[in-house]
Amino acid sequence: MFELLGIPPQALFGQLLLGLINGSFYALLSLGLAVIFGMLNVINFAHGALYMVGAFVAWYLLQYAGIGYWGALIITPVVVGILGLVIEKTMLRHLYKLDHLYGLLLTFGLALILEGGFKYQYGVSGQSYPVPAALNGGTNLGFMFLPFYRGWVVALSIVVCVATWYAIEKTRLGSYLRAATENPKLVQAFGINVPVMITMTYGTGVALAGLAGVMAAPIYSVNPLMGSNLIIVVFAVVVIGGMGSIFGAVASGYLLGLMEGLTKVFLPEASNIVVFLIMVVVLLLRPAGLFGRER
Amino acid sequence: MAEAAVKPQSSAAGATRLKIEGLNAYYGESHVLHGVDIEVKRGEVVALLGRNGAGKTSTLRSVMGLVGRRTGSIVFDGVETAKLAPHRIARLGIGYVPEERGIFASLNVHENLMLPPVIKPGGMSVPDIFTLFPNLKERLYSPGTKLSGGEQQMLAIARILRSGADFILLDEPTEGLAPVIVQQIGAAVRRLKESGLTMIVVEQSIHFVSTIADRFYVMEDGHVVDAMTAAELAANRDRLVTYLGV
Repeated sequence: MFELLGIPPQALFGQLLLGLINGSFYALLSLGLAVIFGMLNVINFAHGALYMVGAFVAWYLLQYAGIGYWGALIITPVVVGILGLVIEKTMLRHLYKLDHLYGLLLTFGLALILEGGFKYQYGVSGQSYPVPAALNGGTNLGFMFLPFYRGWVVALSIVVCVATWYAIEKTRLGSYLRAATENPKLVQAFGINVPVMITMTYGTGVALAGLAGVMAAPIYSVNPLMGSNLIIVVFAVVVIGGMGSIFGAVASGYLLGLMEGLTKVFLPEASNIVVFLIMVVVLLLRPAGLFGRER
Repeated sequence: MAEAAVKPQSSAAGATRLKIEGLNAYYGESHVLHGVDIEVKRGEVVALLGRNGAGKTSTLRSVMGLVGRRTGSIVFDGVETAKLAPHRIARLGIGYVPEERGIFASLNVHENLMLPPVIKPGGMSVPDIFTLFPNLKERLYSPGTKLSGGEQQMLAIARILRSGADFILLDEPTEGLAPVIVQQIGAAVRRLKESGLTMIVVEQSIHFVSTIADRFYVMEDGHVVDAMTAAELAANRDRLVTYLGV
């Protein structure tokens, strides 16, 4: 077996895969955050909590309705999306006239309530969720071992991110969304129901978080704090990619996952802070982010 | 040709399409319109004249429901719109071409053109729009804001014509444009008038609108201070010049 800079390839590629898995979740979550921020100007602090709710919905479905992973993959985003519609219609809507800060505070409060509620009910030890039978096991690629489920997570997240990007950049509905992000009043004056679009955007954004929650359930345990552990990194990813930039959110999600993986190989002590170091450097050199436009 | 593509008005000419009565508008604390009364009949081109800050743009924005708060009555085709949301107002058949043109930077020319949904049948087809504004066809996939000011103005008008709106609010269509472009826009607006569209055109000077408008309202400090028909324009030119300070 060859070695790279004294690192056995199994270790290197193993960490890179782990980085890619984390990157898949970063990308899915920061994508939803970027879409929501672009349209609503709200920094959705509840995103991590809704990702956690997604994982719990999948667990409930299995536990109480006997609906497995594949069903949960469809049902959970719908459930979390509807929860998002309710949050937007009953709460966020009333804050748009105020400073962005109020939206952030409201969603931060919601995140604490959701996490606190689940923690009260289930503690923090976590519930296990089985890998779907069809994706059990793995294959030896020669240079590394690839568990099927992890490969599936990476593939599905790429498909979802590309599909979302395509929907926003290349379709009619996406052009409404981009235009309303720039000038919502004028778009409404053309006869488009912008308030409904805003509600649907929030619902879709958090549905992506719910989907990520289902995908995460078999990898990480279903745990009330799984969202808050992740969301801080995801915010750093969004800042690095550029606030409101869809492509930036996705690309920097995968990129930073890989960076973390590499750091674990070469400088394990730094692996928890590398993302934040990159964030500081990017903020100093390019405040609008790697792919963001200066406003 | 472009004219043929716009559906002729079915109802009788001369019926009132828009009647604004006692309109007051506010942006936060500031009271910008003070009891404005304006009437526009079917097929008419009505010009709102006045200096910067007289309330012309605020009047158009009030019709679209885009000001912070408004009181009074705005009846369009028999529907009271003062309480309606902007998208409901637009769906009655009103097209808005804003002063700043409102071309979207993240959309290319084609996407900008196709953005406003069709709100009434009888709008102009895309080929007819390219006949009217050939420049747009050549730049179809450039980002909208890479167009020149004149081309952006054409695009702002073109996208409204495609939507089938038959009552058009044009806010300073010639502002900041070179004379040759102003002529091109003028020719287009004249053709639209001939095809039967009803329009309100806001301008700071009478130069552009004097040849197309049927009637003129003069605004000052949020009030309508004078009104005249095209026939009366020549006799009142001196008075107008004083109002407009040119």
